[in-house]
This record gives sequence, structure tokens and C-alpha cells, in this order.
Amino acid sequence: MGPKAKRRRPPGPKRISGDRWQLRLYVMDETPKSQTALENLKRVCESRLKGRYRIRVIDLLKQPQLARGDQILATPTVVRRLPTPIRTVIGNLSDIDTVLVGLDLRAGA
Amino acid sequence: MKTKATKSGSQAVRLPKCPTGIQGLDEITRGGLPRGRPTLVCGGAGCGKTLLAAEFLVRGAVQYGEPGVLMAFEETEAELVANVASLGFDLAGLVRRKRIVVDYVHIEPGEIHESGEYDLEGLFVRLNHAIDSVGAKRVVLDTLEALFAGLSNEAILRSELRRLFRWLKAKGVTAVITAERGRDQLTRHGLEEYVSDCVILLDHRVNDQIATRHLRVVKYRGSLHGTNEFPFLIGAAGLSVLPITSLALNHKVSVDRIATGIPRLDAMLGGLGFFRGSSILLTGTPGTGKTIIAANFAQAACRRGERVLFFSFEESPNQITRNMQSIGLRLVPLVKKGLLRFHSARPSLYGLEMHLATMFAEIAEFQPAVVIMDPITSLMDAGTTSEGKGMVTRLIDYLKAGQVTSLFTSLTQGGHVLQQSEAAMSSLMDSWLLLQDFEGNGERNRVLYVLKARGMAHSNQIREFLISDRGVDLVDAYIGTSGVLTGSARAAQTAREKAEALASQQEAARRKREIERTRMALERQISALRSEHDASAEELRQIDQQVGMQTRLLKTERSELGRLRQADVSVAPGPRAGARNGRIH
Repeated sequence: MGPKAKRRRPPGPKRISGDRWQLRLYVMDETPKSQTALENLKRVCESRLKGRYRIRVIDLLKQPQLARGDQILATPTVVRRLPTPIRTVIGNLSDIDTVLVGLDLRAGA
Repeated sequence: MKTKATKSGSQAVRLPKCPTGIQGLDEITRGGLPRGRPTLVCGGAGCGKTLLAAEFLVRGAVQYGEPGVLMAFEETEAELVANVASLGFDLAGLVRRKRIVVDYVHIEPGEIHESGEYDLEGLFVRLNHAIDSVGAKRVVLDTLEALFAGLSNEAILRSELRRLFRWLKAKGVTAVITAERGRDQLTRHGLEEYVSDCVILLDHRVNDQIATRHLRVVKYRGSLHGTNEFPFLIGAAGLSVLPITSLALNHKVSVDRIATGIPRLDAMLGGLGFFRGSSILLTGTPGTGKTIIAANFAQAACRRGERVLFFSFEESPNQITRNMQSIGLRLVPLVKKGLLRFHSARPSLYGLEMHLATMFAEIAEFQPAVVIMDPITSLMDAGTTSEGKGMVTRLIDYLKAGQVTSLFTSLTQGGHVLQQSEAAMSSLMDSWLLLQDFEGNGERNRVLYVLKARGMAHSNQIREFLISDRGVDLVDAYIGTSGVLTGSARAAQTAREKAEALASQQEAARRKREIERTRMALERQISALRSEHDASAEELRQIDQQVGMQTRLLKTERSELGRLRQADVSVAPGPRAGARNGRIH
């Protein structure tokens, strides 16, 4: 249940809009690759959704049963749970443009 | 059949095998799929890949105590449950009892965005979790190629697939991976590159508008296997491959004989009829009475209290019973008693595989002692010649294994009686009756030959086959100097012979009477002559008497005269004349 400790990593007081964005990052083990993905994701969110997002990191090594629910195939995978519809981006998120397109953040702030 | 296949497989090769439980497939592969290795099953759309894979899993869980994992990329769990339910598999129940795990992997092409490097650990984790949760020994991935539609980075995908197959082997599970058939390679995305242990190719071909499925083991590393293309069918009890070439010939045989229902036909067959459990072919041109002989045979069996299953491919049950009624064969009561069952289906209704499956199901359910196929030729037309022969072989083998006597009627197209397809089929048959038309004298007459009857003395003679409202009978055809005569010609010939015999009889009687008359006349003549002879003798005697009298009278007269004339008494000639008279006498 370790990954839960990682949630709400982005600090900051609640904004008017609250936690409008819920993201899940599925990784396999705490490898440098997983770390890179998390850092990339946080960078994008900070630039576009500061204070309006929440990231939950799920380590499939520890919770393999959770892979089925979000139809996880690849790691790392980011799943946008909210706002709907659900959107998925896979990879270490090194290509920022794809992440923006994938999570539909282009029009955002 | 299954145990036999498993046994022979383990004897023949050292490679451990995993029985599929699919009818016929274990025979072709000599025991099943390679245990602990992945097998690729490829084929076009709708050729039964998923069903084969699902049956492998279900039979593993039910028959061999091996739990399984079904990872489905194309169908949801609910869809799969519904699809395999048509084969009589309770997938939902197996899932509930934790014998099988179904994991539906949803991939929506275009919805997954890729940013940077990734791997397929997510898939591995899911698979691993599913395998461990039930202790699975069998895994099905259906259809892995969906990944190619969802993920665009083929380099990553290919290296991950390679890793996946290595991982599956390391895990020790027997896996079946299905893949779509490619245009100029086995699979669209070249999966055969990764799965090299065993490759099975499925195919769904249409011949003459009728579809038949085929299965071929393209490759089986380290094992012998049937290399032919085998037709297979998807029936109510799962898949069934028809491995004709691997079927062993070791049926139990019976010495029991069963009557044909036509006493004269029994007489032609050594007096006892056919062997129980044998296969009988009845060929004939249209209208020669094939169905009638078949119906007689059926009735005879029912009268012995045996069940008869009558497959009709041209007539409806009502039509057959009505027609047979007209020759005094009452079949309806037998149907009502449950001894006779009809199964009518148009040959073109579905492919051979489906016909075979339906027939097997019917036979298994009704447990008949006699099965009739009328006519088998129209059913064989539903496939190619070799498929048809394969089907008949399979059918006969199935029936013989159960000691069921089978009668197949076969329609010849007139002209040549021994068509090639029949010659091919006849080698499978134990007895072969030929019905033929004899044309002449402005009429057609039916005749019957026994062409062959394995294992029994049988008549080699032609018989005329008569059908009347009292039933059927066989009579000797007339064989004389002018050839074989049948029908009215035979009747005329018989009548002619009768008349001739009568005439000669009358002639003899007449001559006898004549001679008798001559003899009587002679007799009369003889007696007339005799009486004439007697009469002349009498006359002679009378003449003599007369002469004597006259002499005496004369003497008396003379002596009287002499006395009167006072002649010398001493010169009386009396005694001399008397002596003379006595001499004459």
C-alpha cells in the first residue's frame, strides 16, 4: 500500500475548482524508468494544471490485480480518470506534445 | 478413442504432450499440443480459431484437471460465454468455480497515445496474476494481433512479443495463440516467427456454395504428426476433426446375421441375410426401388425389436411413410412405437461437417441398431468427392465401432452403372447390391444382383425384383438362348413353354390312342380269322360226316336194293365199306 503515500504529491492549497483532474500513473516497480515517467507527468501538470490535479501512482508489482480495471497493457501508463472521458497515454512521457494531446491539455490553461 | 490416442502419443515420442480433448486433433498430433510450449493457431475470419482455443481450455479444466486462463483481445467475457455455450460449454460456471479466468483486454485503436518508451509489463502482470490466481496450466491468447492495431511502435511490440513467448515457456504453461491469416504468410503480423514449436492452420473454404472447414498441422517441432488437411466440424459438442488416415481398422466384428425383410434376398445371401454391424451399399438408377428395399430392411429390424434411424436426404418422413403404405409397408405404427425414427434434411442445408455432426448427435441419442442413409450420394454432393468419401469413411467407422448395421443407398445417374464415386465408396462397403432397369418389349423391369457380400456365400444370379401392392418379391429371371428375359417377356416365355409342353402332351396322348385303336383292330381281325378258321374246320367235319352218311346210306340203299333184288347175301359189302368209312374218319 506504499504508492498511496505518494498521492497528492503536488502541494498547494485548494483552488476554487478543487481536484478537477484525477490521474493515475501505473508503473512497474520503482525503477528509474518509472521515476522518469512520474517526473515528466508532474512537470506537465504543474505547467498546465497547477493546483487542480491529483496523481495516484500504482505499482503493479505490488498490486497486480489493479491492472485489469483500467485495462493496462503497457507500463508506464497514465490514465485520466477525471474529467471524463477516460484518456490513456503510455510511455515514459518524454514527448511533451504527445502527453498534451493524449490528456487533452492543449486547450487548458 | 481419446485414451488410445494419448497412449500411442506417449509411446511414439518423448516430447511431453498436452491432450486437447478435441475429437480427432489428438490423433493427428499424436497426443496433443506440445506441453509447456506455445502453439500458434492461425486462420481467416470465422474459421473457428477462438472456439478451438476455448475448447482446449474448457476440456483441460473439465477433463484433465488443468485450470486455464483465457486472455481475450477481441471478445468480452459475456460474448465468449455466450459463444462457447453453443458448444455446450459452461464457461461461466467454470469461471465461478475458479477453474478458468477470463480476462478481456480492451484495445481501442487510436485511443492510446504513445509518448516515449514503454514496455508491455502491464500485460505480463495481468497474465501472471491470472495464471497464479487459479494455478493455470493452460493459457489462450485470442487474438494477440489486436495489439498491432492499438500500438504503433512495432519495434517495441515485436521485442515485447518475443519476450512474452519466452516468458510463457519459462512459466511452463501450454499456450494457444490465435492469429489472423496473412496474405502471403501464415499470419498477418508474422507471429509464426516467434511461435515455432507448433503451428496449426485453419481454413474455411467454399466449394459449390457449401462451406467446409479444414485443419492442417503445418509444423510440429520434435513430433510426428498428420500432415494432411483434415476437414473438421463445429458441432453441438465442440470441434471434431476427421482424421481419416489415422483411423485404425480394428472394429469388433459380429457373426450374427440379420434378415433383410425379403426372404428371397436372404436366400441370395447364403440364406441368412447380412452380417450385423456391416455396411451395405445399394446402388441403382432412379426408380429401381432403393428406398423400398431400405424400408423393408427397416421394417424387418423393427419387427425384431431393434431401433432404426432413417436419414432421408430427398424425401420428407411423411412422404416416405405414405409411399411405403402403397406397397403394404406400414411404417407409421413403428414410428409411433419409437422403433423407427426419421431424420430428413436437405443436403444443401449445410456443409458435410455439419451433416456429419448432426448425424453423430442423432445416432448417439437414439442408439439405433440399424442406420439407413437414403441416398448417400446426394449428401456426398454437398462436398468434393474426397470429402464425401472421407465423410462416409468416418461415418462407417463410427457405426461399426458401435456395431450398428448401416445401409446406404446410392443413386447412379443412369447409363454407366458403376460410377467412379461408387467404386471409391464401394471399397468401404461389406455388401453391395445393384438394382438395375431392364428395358425391352416396351417396358422397364427391375432386376437385382448381389455384387459382393464379404464373408458369406452369395448368389451370383440375377433376380427380377417385383413391386406390388402386397410388397416386394424376387423371382428368377428367365435365362435362355435369347438372353435374360424379364417382365411380360418372361411371362410370355413361360406361357409359351407351357403351351408347348401341353401340345406335346396332347400329341402323345393322341398317338397312344391311335396305336391302341390299331391294336384293337388287329385283335378283332385275329379273332375273326380264328372264328373263320374254326368255321372251316367245322365245315370240313360236317363234310366228312356228310360223306360218311351218304356212303352208309348208299350201302344201306344198295343192300336194301340187293335184298329187294335178292342179291347174293354173301357179297354184302357192308363191313368193308364200314372199314373204309372208319379210315376216312
